[in-house]
Amino acid sequence: MSEELVLKTVDLTKHYGGVHALQGANFELNKGEHVAIMGDNGAGKSTFVRQITGVEQRTRGTVIFDGQEVDFKGPIEARESGIEAVFQTLALADHLDVPDNLFLGREKTKWDWLGPFRLLDYKAMRKDTMAALEKTGVKIPNIHNTIEKMSGGQRQCVAIARTASFHSKLTIMDEPTAALGVQETEQVENIIRQLKEQGEPLILVSHNMRQVFDLVDRIVVFRRGRIVANLLKIETDGQDVVAYITGAKTGAEYEGAA
Amino acid sequence: MSDTSQGTGGLTFDKSKRSWPSEMNVLLALVIIIVIFEFLGQVLPYMNDQSFLFDTRDRFDSIFNEARVRIIILQVAIIGIIALGVSQVIITAGIDLSSGPLVAATAMIAMSFGQTELVNGYANPKALFGTWAMDLPVVIPIVIGLSFGALIGAINGTFIAHFKIPPFIATLGMFLICRGIALWWSAGNPISFPTPQYKAIGSGMMPVVWFLSLAVIFHLIMRYTVYGKHTYAIGSNEEAARMSGINVKRHKIMVYMIAAMLAAFAGVVLSAKASTAQAGMGEFYELFAIAMAVIGGISLTGGRGSIIGTVLGAMVLGVIRSGFTYIKLDGSYQLIAMGGIIIAAVILDQYRQRNKA
Repeated sequence: MSEELVLKTVDLTKHYGGVHALQGANFELNKGEHVAIMGDNGAGKSTFVRQITGVEQRTRGTVIFDGQEVDFKGPIEARESGIEAVFQTLALADHLDVPDNLFLGREKTKWDWLGPFRLLDYKAMRKDTMAALEKTGVKIPNIHNTIEKMSGGQRQCVAIARTASFHSKLTIMDEPTAALGVQETEQVENIIRQLKEQGEPLILVSHNMRQVFDLVDRIVVFRRGRIVANLLKIETDGQDVVAYITGAKTGAEYEGAA
Repeated sequence: MSDTSQGTGGLTFDKSKRSWPSEMNVLLALVIIIVIFEFLGQVLPYMNDQSFLFDTRDRFDSIFNEARVRIIILQVAIIGIIALGVSQVIITAGIDLSSGPLVAATAMIAMSFGQTELVNGYANPKALFGTWAMDLPVVIPIVIGLSFGALIGAINGTFIAHFKIPPFIATLGMFLICRGIALWWSAGNPISFPTPQYKAIGSGMMPVVWFLSLAVIFHLIMRYTVYGKHTYAIGSNEEAARMSGINVKRHKIMVYMIAAMLAAFAGVVLSAKASTAQAGMGEFYELFAIAMAVIGGISLTGGRGSIIGTVLGAMVLGVIRSGFTYIKLDGSYQLIAMGGIIIAAVILDQYRQRNKA
């Protein structure tokens, strides 16, 4: 079982000053598994994601990724080890176009001996952008439009195409459809199904019960900074999950946690 | 929204859809201002039908009044060099107020290593150091000047990136420090009589050559290199840049260093052109450099604008300055007009951004 693990956290804890945003989170994710993280606002979902992706430094605890204990200094290290994330606040630069954003921080370059002044390979990046959008089924009328001119859905699609277009060992999406219309939500869900078919593991942070039951294998519920339930989809239902989210119920193994 | 559900691939690249570049607005403004001065030249009673920019004398080898065109560019070239750097800083959503005094401090420091020993057979009366610092190869004062600039820029950048001091405050502090250094360096005395090689850096049209070549280089850098892309990305969305793995702190320090080195180089060129270095040099240069960038369409909120825009913005200021002299109105009106144009440029920029959002 253990060699099947992609991600494991032990006692993962984050304090912001006196605020205990995340306390003692023990979490496991298996190969090819899609897991949803649910919970009320402020339950610690995004905090949890930020610790794994190296955006913030944890207060305490261990993260084991891909069989090794890791301590990411920043998101680039996490990404280089194979963790791709779409964040709640879209990490897009408004004044740049689609290829620029897709390749932000990992541009294709020529003449690398020029160091920071190495040349951008616009042609290759444009080609790969087209391929990535095609692969994910994302449709954007003009990839050379800057992001500021796009709708919320198009922006989200760019952000997700960015995540999905790089072969990764783990994809994390933090409320990817929160601001989207019906059609765009469907597009995003299709991308997620594609990842499932390809056997790529996923952590999905979502408030959308229908979506979660549609897409994932397992549901982990956060409440007040702690994990309070770990439920296989086939063994639970919406009411049950809501009970955990609101605190009406607490998982047997987490008794006394919240 | 409907676009996302149409077409087979939906990936059309329509060149005609590319937006009207903001540089065109600046170019248009430049042309309008020139036309206004031409018009005034024709209608004002005391102007004797002189043309502002065109050659109205009986010479057929030239369309333009070359002397005036040259003066226009020459007048803005040195501040223009500073503007190339401050443009990059503003694109990261920062600001650099220290460049004017840095020009003075660098002029003093560089020229003190670029003096000549004998002036008309007599010892240099303005010599700051002993004979060991006299008649050195010109590369020495240049390297010392640029190194000083790099140091100041690194300090600016470090305070801003690592200690999170607002760029306005950090560079305001450096503004005073640099002016202080300029005064302290030679106890307020001017430094004069540079070597012929040093003088050559700023003689004739050399400032224009420096300005335009540096403009081309930095245009290419901002447009085609990773450095340029990251500079825009940081100004556009610093959080996104950091999450994308860009080393924002290191990059900001680099941007402030490049800006300060350009200002330092402007100081070397200015002192060479004037054949003297004085502690009061470069007054208001930082503000005019910022004005050039802003008139050229560089947004103070970051992420937007280009080096071409800044060059055009410099030309706008040059044309206004020269135009007011041409219609024989004095400097006070120039300042008032420039002030108005700067404010108009910012209003236009905000209007443009609102329309896009």
